[in-house]
Amino acid sequence: MPTAVISQTATTPSTTSQNVVKMVGLVLISIGLLGILVAAVGADYLSPVFTGLGGTAVFTVGALLYIWQSRRRKSPAEQNHGLWQQEATSRGASAWVIGFVLTGFYVLLYWFPDTLQGLIQAMEPLSQWLRNRPSDQWFLYGTFYTLAVLIMGVYALLKYRNSRYHIIRTISVMFFQLGFAFLLPGLLLMLNQPEYYFSYFWPLKYDYLFPSTMEYLVRDGAALGVFMIFWGAVFSFLATPVLTYFYGKRWYCSWVCGCGGLAETAGDPYRHLSDKSRKAWRWEVAIIYPILGFVILTTLFLWINSWSEGRLLGDLSGGFAQTYGFFIGAMFSGVVGVGFYPLMGNRVWCRFGCPMAAYLGLLQKHFSRFRITTNGGQCISCGNCSTYCEMGIDVRWYAQQGEPIIRAACVGCGICAHVCPRGVLKLENGPREGRYAGTTLISRDELRILD
Amino acid sequence: MNQIKAQEHLVIIGNGIAGVTLAQRVRKRSACRITIVSAESQLHFSRTALMYVYMGHMRFQDIVPYAYWYWQEQKIELVHDYVERVETSHKKLVLRNGPPLHYDKLVLATGSSAAYYDWPGQTLKGVQGLVSLQDLELMEANTAGIQQAVIIGGGLIGVEMAEMLRSRGIAVTMLIRDKLYWHNVLPEEEARLVTDHIRQHGIELLLQEELQEILADEAGRVRAIHTRSGKELPCQFVGITTGVKPNVDFLKGAGIETEKGILVNEFFETSQPDVYALSDCAQFRNPAPGQPMMEQLWYTARLHAEALASTLLGDRKPYQRGPWFNSAKFFDIEYQTYGTVPAVFTEQQESLYWQNAKATKAIRLLYDKATDKLLGINLLGVRYRHDLCHHWLQQGYTLHQVMQELPAVNFDPEFFQRYEEELLRQYYTRFPDRQPPVKHSTWWELRQRFGLFSDSTSC
Repeated sequence: MPTAVISQTATTPSTTSQNVVKMVGLVLISIGLLGILVAAVGADYLSPVFTGLGGTAVFTVGALLYIWQSRRRKSPAEQNHGLWQQEATSRGASAWVIGFVLTGFYVLLYWFPDTLQGLIQAMEPLSQWLRNRPSDQWFLYGTFYTLAVLIMGVYALLKYRNSRYHIIRTISVMFFQLGFAFLLPGLLLMLNQPEYYFSYFWPLKYDYLFPSTMEYLVRDGAALGVFMIFWGAVFSFLATPVLTYFYGKRWYCSWVCGCGGLAETAGDPYRHLSDKSRKAWRWEVAIIYPILGFVILTTLFLWINSWSEGRLLGDLSGGFAQTYGFFIGAMFSGVVGVGFYPLMGNRVWCRFGCPMAAYLGLLQKHFSRFRITTNGGQCISCGNCSTYCEMGIDVRWYAQQGEPIIRAACVGCGICAHVCPRGVLKLENGPREGRYAGTTLISRDELRILD
Repeated sequence: MNQIKAQEHLVIIGNGIAGVTLAQRVRKRSACRITIVSAESQLHFSRTALMYVYMGHMRFQDIVPYAYWYWQEQKIELVHDYVERVETSHKKLVLRNGPPLHYDKLVLATGSSAAYYDWPGQTLKGVQGLVSLQDLELMEANTAGIQQAVIIGGGLIGVEMAEMLRSRGIAVTMLIRDKLYWHNVLPEEEARLVTDHIRQHGIELLLQEELQEILADEAGRVRAIHTRSGKELPCQFVGITTGVKPNVDFLKGAGIETEKGILVNEFFETSQPDVYALSDCAQFRNPAPGQPMMEQLWYTARLHAEALASTLLGDRKPYQRGPWFNSAKFFDIEYQTYGTVPAVFTEQQESLYWQNAKATKAIRLLYDKATDKLLGINLLGVRYRHDLCHHWLQQGYTLHQVMQELPAVNFDPEFFQRYEEELLRQYYTRFPDRQPPVKHSTWWELRQRFGLFSDSTSC
């Protein structure tokens, strides 16, 4: 299918200058990537700081230039042009390459960090400046992750620039990633305090309520450590239900969470790749709730073990924790969760794996004021909402029957409402009474997708 | 007796929104055999979404609202075939490929196709309309590698086509008969706002201009067009979007009375017993005063189907459309309308009109001068709640009553700027003796008070 035509006969001066900016951006991206490559493999010949950190900086500038130019040129309604026609965003060859590279990077990071020595060294000055301690693979990962959220955050800001909701939401995820998940933990280390992420909570950050973590926090952090435990427990058991009651799952998943932050920015070009079939939904409920159960059991076992000083459960609870850490913490959330972005969409982890999402989802479904309202009988069944739902919800199913969308999976990103060409959907918090009630302007099927 | 019995066979020709809505509603309360015949596609798809497939926002499978399992579980049979003719005397359909199909009740929901007005050269390669899936496939082929296109007609399909072509970098010129885009429907201010917006998207608009003839190259492809005023515009594609005509040709000799469309009464009954017709292909014999003979919208298709389903299920009620509504999108600007806002107002009509400085948003409330009754609402770039607007119009609200509830009607996303203040300011200037309410009700209060919701069980 042809996607573009050899432009129009006359090229105006403004389009020429736009192309120049884009080309400069691409050149800088390439130089930056080469620098990063040299840092990774050629650390013996050139200072990896110069090539790696310098390359990262050059790459950032180039990417921002390119994104600025290519997004600004398109009006809001044109932003999704060609997504299903271009290889990179429709599971074409380049999408597979990006998927393999990302997956491979995670495998190296988790299990062969020595192979990344050059890049780790490249981040040394940044690590020393921020944390006053040597760089390691997790600092490298954190830096790349934060940069991805920031650079692609700019992409999202430009793409959704006509919507104040998305501008504020995108700035929020950029802020929490940079401040709460990158600078603040680094600063804590600099001040010789325990490394702590104030924007992650149990059960997503499952070890935050493990006895060993608590011991460590109290031992190394003293009063601040006690505050951290208090903070974590309050958010897991009090703030989460209260905030979810008022605003739905979105307050966390698409405003605060780092996984969500990456999905909403770097993952945005892949959101339409999520599977909307009934089969996918069946898999979702069959996987995500057992994982929530798994993490609850593991935590309970660890506490029973700790209280009984190992007499009751022996090594069992430790085995549970290790198994969870390997299969769910590393394999699922990291390798599959991000590595498969270009193939299965940007919320694979959030949809099928995240225990926090499962917990929030149950609250959202049963104890929340949040819903996505369908505007009367206005739906034309076009399918943009379902297509661009990163959680694979068949939004149209409800919209075309004039019903509100209330689904445990919904992270409230609001893109369904944004891509709807008739403005039919609205995220809102309203009274719980009559929350599931639809419009009177359309008669309905009484069929459930999952029975 | 209209009611369909459990052992009877309901056959619907056409799987557009009218045909499938009818099948769904009948299935809800009847165990009869239901078959939908369509030559266009195996599964129902959203016609209004064809443009998004061309622009690469979605694939064809994404514009299919119900997967195959749905039809199987609902026991609605799908036949992908063309109906050659209808033999009403034997209650039989003759199909092009499959065996003939017997029916007990037949519903014609065959839709429409692009209307041509006998222009010289209209059959050349590269000249086409856009209604069906086949039209989209043809457009894909016709526009491959081309540089210039001309669109004839300034309606909703015309601007869709323009947007599609622009997404592939093709230069587009639109020929519009009126002095502004869609000015036969939109009042001057709205029409001007939309016209300017379309121009800002790089579309060349030739206003008060019509097609004279289409010129061919040696290969029999369109090369250029001549306009009425004598201009020659080179182009490799001509989009015909001057309206649609009902698909009724296959009914010749079937004994079903047709004029422009298939003639029906307010129960959608044709001149033949047990044969019904609705939506685009139907034409009302005696439309209610002020109502059109033909209703060819997505929304009216659904309303026709709901009304006919009720008749077929034994609850025989004449079709009465409630307050009018429609919606569309012109590039970046959404359009909603509720009630009736004509292009030109009578002496009796007056309106409150607001638009922003950038001319991307507008609100118009039209009312009757003598009674102050609300007649209709036009919205550009602003969303209102359908349920509440419908309630206002249905209950015959005056403008003054509307103003009491105005802040509850907005449906824009959270954090968006609100414009009701501006309208209220205009209102209090025009009616200085009116007092602002002590407290404005919220949507949720009004929804509860007026019962603007129905319980549903399907989530």
